[in-house]
Amino acid sequence: MMPSDADLTALAITLKLAGITTLILLLLGTPLAWWMARTRWRFKFLLEAVVALPLVLPPTVLGFYLLVALGSQGPIGGLMEALGGRPLAFTFTGLVIGSVFYSMPFVVQPLQGAFAAIGRRPLEVAATLRASPLDRFFTVAVPLARSGFVTAAVLGFAHTLGEFGVVLMIGGNIPGETQVVSIAIYDHVEGLEYAHAHWLSGGLLLLSFLMLITVYALNRRFRLVQP
Amino acid sequence: MNIEARFRIDKGDFALDVDLGIPGQGVTALLGPSGCGKTTLLRAIAGLESCRDGFLQVGDMIWQDARRFVPPHQRPLGYVFQEASLFAHLTVRGNLEYGVKRVPKTERKVSVNKAIELLGVGLLLERRTSQLSGGERQRVAIARALAVSPEILLMDEPLAGLDLARKQEIIPYLESLHNELDIPVIYVSHSPDEVARLADHLVLLEAGRIKAAGALGDMLTRLDLPLAHGDDAEALIDAVVAGHDDKYDLTHLDFPGGRFTVTRKALPVGHSARLRVAARDVSLTLEHQSGTSILNIFPATIDEIMPEGIAQVTVRLLAGDVPLLSRVTRKSATLLELEHGKSVYAQAKSVALLS
Repeated sequence: MMPSDADLTALAITLKLAGITTLILLLLGTPLAWWMARTRWRFKFLLEAVVALPLVLPPTVLGFYLLVALGSQGPIGGLMEALGGRPLAFTFTGLVIGSVFYSMPFVVQPLQGAFAAIGRRPLEVAATLRASPLDRFFTVAVPLARSGFVTAAVLGFAHTLGEFGVVLMIGGNIPGETQVVSIAIYDHVEGLEYAHAHWLSGGLLLLSFLMLITVYALNRRFRLVQP
Repeated sequence: MNIEARFRIDKGDFALDVDLGIPGQGVTALLGPSGCGKTTLLRAIAGLESCRDGFLQVGDMIWQDARRFVPPHQRPLGYVFQEASLFAHLTVRGNLEYGVKRVPKTERKVSVNKAIELLGVGLLLERRTSQLSGGERQRVAIARALAVSPEILLMDEPLAGLDLARKQEIIPYLESLHNELDIPVIYVSHSPDEVARLADHLVLLEAGRIKAAGALGDMLTRLDLPLAHGDDAEALIDAVVAGHDDKYDLTHLDFPGGRFTVTRKALPVGHSARLRVAARDVSLTLEHQSGTSILNIFPATIDEIMPEGIAQVTVRLLAGDVPLLSRVTRKSATLLELEHGKSVYAQAKSVALLS
């Protein structure tokens, strides 16, 4: 049998969520990781711990606090309502916000590691070759950290695909809006529709595996190329 | 054009405190043991080392004073690091062109092609940097620094990481820079041998302070400095090829104190050359010796004498204002009654031609 339309919709929502989340994380995470890789601020460890929190925190805990914040009684959701919008809980936008927190360490940490590995020397060389700080960042730091960018993007994307607890807490399970693949699978198993569950699980397994193969293969090649 | 530099940098376990005037031409070597602050001083000149308490003027450009700090990318300088530090994501050509692209066309005095030619890297242009040998990498790094048409070239021990063969490969290129381009160079080194070959001026650094500074020939023969002591003390003499002796295959080189005769070198008449005369190879006589195999004998005046260990003395001589060193026994010094102002003849048993 073939996957149902509802399953395909769930897959589309999942890919869209993972794509948007990865994009936002690359935009926000790059300057954050750059700063964390180079600052000598003595309290940097506090920020590093905050970024790493989603690695150890149960997703339901993260989801619970986000639900409180984004709901109509919460500070962010309340503000949205006051401005004439609707609360962000149980919306796709809410899911994106939750996913950004949830997948943050998977994007920021590889980027920070890649930037730190470059060291100061190539940037000093670029400075003596007339490149301004912004110029140095885009023409030296980013190209030299490219394997870090690939790793960050793939891990961020793949990790968002596998999100379950946070989505359940703040997105609920609204088909066509917030129902993602991991939750659709849970529904199918609850309803004893194992064939559907197989389709979706197998698809997610294959997709995740392919992406990780890409990361490790690229990292191997990058290591071979760089002296 | 001159370079005025005053820096006070305190790094806790190390402090640099210098006030230095460097001539705006030729090669100035910063020499000293590792950890004496040579690299820190060079980085401060480039603006890579931030230092609140400093003043730096290069020609008529003020790069740093109490109010201003020109960031490194706005200083028209070239910098060669100890490790070549080529950009791994660019080819050799990409590395060479990186800086040039950022220099306005009107300020380009050294073309990329000239830099490529001077350092002999023309055949490497399409290579990846990981495919280069250590010597090739450093030549590309030097060409890259030159291609930005710097007003001053800063070199931080560019030969330190290389073995002797690679050093021999690069030194001729460095010497040719000296002859072909009119760019002042500040060259950090801990090797007196490199300095002897490349430098015109010398700044001796010790524990973050300047111990002495001056023209290389003077500095090497100043008896109050360590360079004039020890087994390999030597004098350097800049001379000009005066002619060749076809019958005996010899080359004559003139300097203000007389004429050197050495085995024939393939150098054109008028070519300037640097000669090295070791203190232990110079003996002293009161009369002009005849009946000796030694060809290089010059009248000289004794300037200063200092004991060298317990049995020897080092004598500083002036041959037509050019300082020479002689290492003789204390006994000979007593027998010949050597003293300041006395006229003697210096006999150089062996002379090495450096360039």
